[in-house]
Amino acid sequence: MAQMTMIQAITDAMRNELKKDENVLIFGEDVGKNGGVFRATEGLQKEFGKDRVFDTPLAESAIGGLSIGLALEGYRPVPEIQFFGFLYEVMDSINGQMARMRYRTGNTFSSPITVRSPFGGGVQTPELHADSLEGLVAQQPGLKVVIPSTPYDAKGLLISAIRDNDPVIFLEHMKLYRSFREEVPEEEYTIEIGKANVKREGKDVTLIAYGAMVHACLKAATELEEKGINAEVIDLRTVSPIDIPTIIASVEKTNRAVVVQEAQRQAGVAANIVAEIQERAILHLEAPVLRVTAPDTVYSFAAAEEIWLPDHKDIMEKVEAVMNF
Amino acid sequence: MFYYNRSLKGFHNNAQTNESFTLNGKEKNIIYVGKEEVRILKHNLQEIESKFDMFQVLDEHGEIVNEEYVPDLSDDELKELMTRMVYTRVLDQRSIALNRQGRLGFYAPTAGQEASQIASQFALEKEDFILPGYRDVPQLIWHGLPLYQAFLFSKGHYHGNQMPEGVNALSPQIIIGAQYVQATGVALGMKLRGKKSVAVTYTGDGGTSQGDFYEGINFAGAYQAPAIFFVQNNFFAISVPVELQTNAKTLAQKAVAAGIEGYQVDGMDPLAVYAATEYARKKATNGDGPTLIETITYRYGPHTMAGDDPTRYRTKDLDTEWEKRDPLVRFRTYLENKGLWSEEDENGVIERAKEEIREAIKQADAYPKQKVTELIENMYEELPYNLEEQLKEYREKESK
Repeated sequence: MAQMTMIQAITDAMRNELKKDENVLIFGEDVGKNGGVFRATEGLQKEFGKDRVFDTPLAESAIGGLSIGLALEGYRPVPEIQFFGFLYEVMDSINGQMARMRYRTGNTFSSPITVRSPFGGGVQTPELHADSLEGLVAQQPGLKVVIPSTPYDAKGLLISAIRDNDPVIFLEHMKLYRSFREEVPEEEYTIEIGKANVKREGKDVTLIAYGAMVHACLKAATELEEKGINAEVIDLRTVSPIDIPTIIASVEKTNRAVVVQEAQRQAGVAANIVAEIQERAILHLEAPVLRVTAPDTVYSFAAAEEIWLPDHKDIMEKVEAVMNF
Repeated sequence: MFYYNRSLKGFHNNAQTNESFTLNGKEKNIIYVGKEEVRILKHNLQEIESKFDMFQVLDEHGEIVNEEYVPDLSDDELKELMTRMVYTRVLDQRSIALNRQGRLGFYAPTAGQEASQIASQFALEKEDFILPGYRDVPQLIWHGLPLYQAFLFSKGHYHGNQMPEGVNALSPQIIIGAQYVQATGVALGMKLRGKKSVAVTYTGDGGTSQGDFYEGINFAGAYQAPAIFFVQNNFFAISVPVELQTNAKTLAQKAVAAGIEGYQVDGMDPLAVYAATEYARKKATNGDGPTLIETITYRYGPHTMAGDDPTRYRTKDLDTEWEKRDPLVRFRTYLENKGLWSEEDENGVIERAKEEIREAIKQADAYPKQKVTELIENMYEELPYNLEEQLKEYREKESK
């Protein structure tokens, strides 16, 4: 076992799959010689050559289209969109095209593509870099949207994503890339896409989150413990599809829930989860299900980011509200 | 080489300052853009545009005007090409009639574009991959899509999009230009696999305004991928004339910016289209990169059968002008002069087409209706939780 950051675990997963399957191709802006702007593909071109790991011209829509065409030729493309804020430039290729390939061809073609992209905030980027646009892809049938919160999960989930025969949008929270290390096995392993992970068991309230907010929830749970509140924390790992059974089982136990997302409040993943809970478990609820989110503005300018992003204090506030309802 | 450099010296309106700098160890001249240079640049543009003369082999009277480029086709192949064009004209007439009777759905008429569509596909091999636009159903049919499936595509049944084993194609793309970036991916895949085949895609004059058009040809150029990009310029994107799409005098010249070869071809001339496609294919499979081919053509009918009225944006005179250039008329004359085609031949093709169309529409009508449960099952290889639930729900509904 080695101590790895999330970015190292991601590189490790890609190296593993490049070795294992000659149809795996990695490409995008600056991923070759430069190893990616976050260094996710560091050393991979050198190790596997320019036919397997290569730079593209600077055009996101064509990176998406290239992936679709390569998939039609039997490849397993792993394109990188340099920042997920650039999603709009590749929206048709992702939501309009690769998501629909299996469906529109009546199961004769598919898009075994894993689109990797850094997302989320808190690292002081210029505008249209950081953002939480996972809702835009989670709403599109045909895609899977995976968001790891730890180095261990990142490796196992990315290997599963690359091997998946349907398109996976793999979102890597920028703040988590190098925020901590943990033990990551050097050998390969997979984590099932679509299965949530109960990170902390508790009996009083269920906190549901993904990405960087999982860590905010864990911090809140630790502090709430001192106040005598025992919180369960669920890391969704995948926001499309959502692991409804795990959420419902937890809410039936705790009778209270707070859903946490870094994204703005309107529409989005958290709203969907609240709807599912009330449809499936309303008689188990002791309080309304509340949400912790960013406000409904365009993503914050860098200088206001720290106060704009939700944190563990916001979570504790909402937990106390549901406990005292 | 001209360098327009605002930051170094400001905008030199009439300066003739020549300086030099070193780049990669070589001395380079900087020539600031002044009045004289602007004149030269304008001249360069005009010179580039003037190089894109339309390539023609067979003129509208059925005479060979370009002996050097007559494709090497046997008599049987020439007859087969004519057969396919006549067949496709009949198919178009019947499809329009069937649409009016409510027996077909979405249909984009093809009459007028037979040389562009059929002769380009005729120059391909089975292993070539076609990524068509919405009007390019004939190419799919001649590439191997059974006629009844083409009708099912029109009717909005997914079986129309299921290419049979060995038919290398996607069903028609609806988003204008999306097929261009995908074609580049298919072509790059073929190159990486060392295949001797090409990816072929089609759009129209309007498609050349899309970002994906430029991204597709540019990526293909950068990777020297074996792709052939067709622009069937029929002068109208629904109603918007090509003069409003661009200030470029030709659409073929857009290839220059991507650093790839581009040709403007008489799209009513099957021999010119065939020759250009054959050349582009050979070049691509030799590893010499992609080609952009603009075919100058015309659709006689409306944009689609869903209410478009071309009299709102085209004149009768213009229609008449183009009908004189008709691909079938000129190719018929050419073949008749060679003693390869007769009225009997033509009537034979027409009768066969009508009969096969009758059979195919019957087959399409008899094909099992699609179910929501099938749509659900076609979403993923393994259904996620939400769709499993919905599958159960719709199974119950469908069993009632």
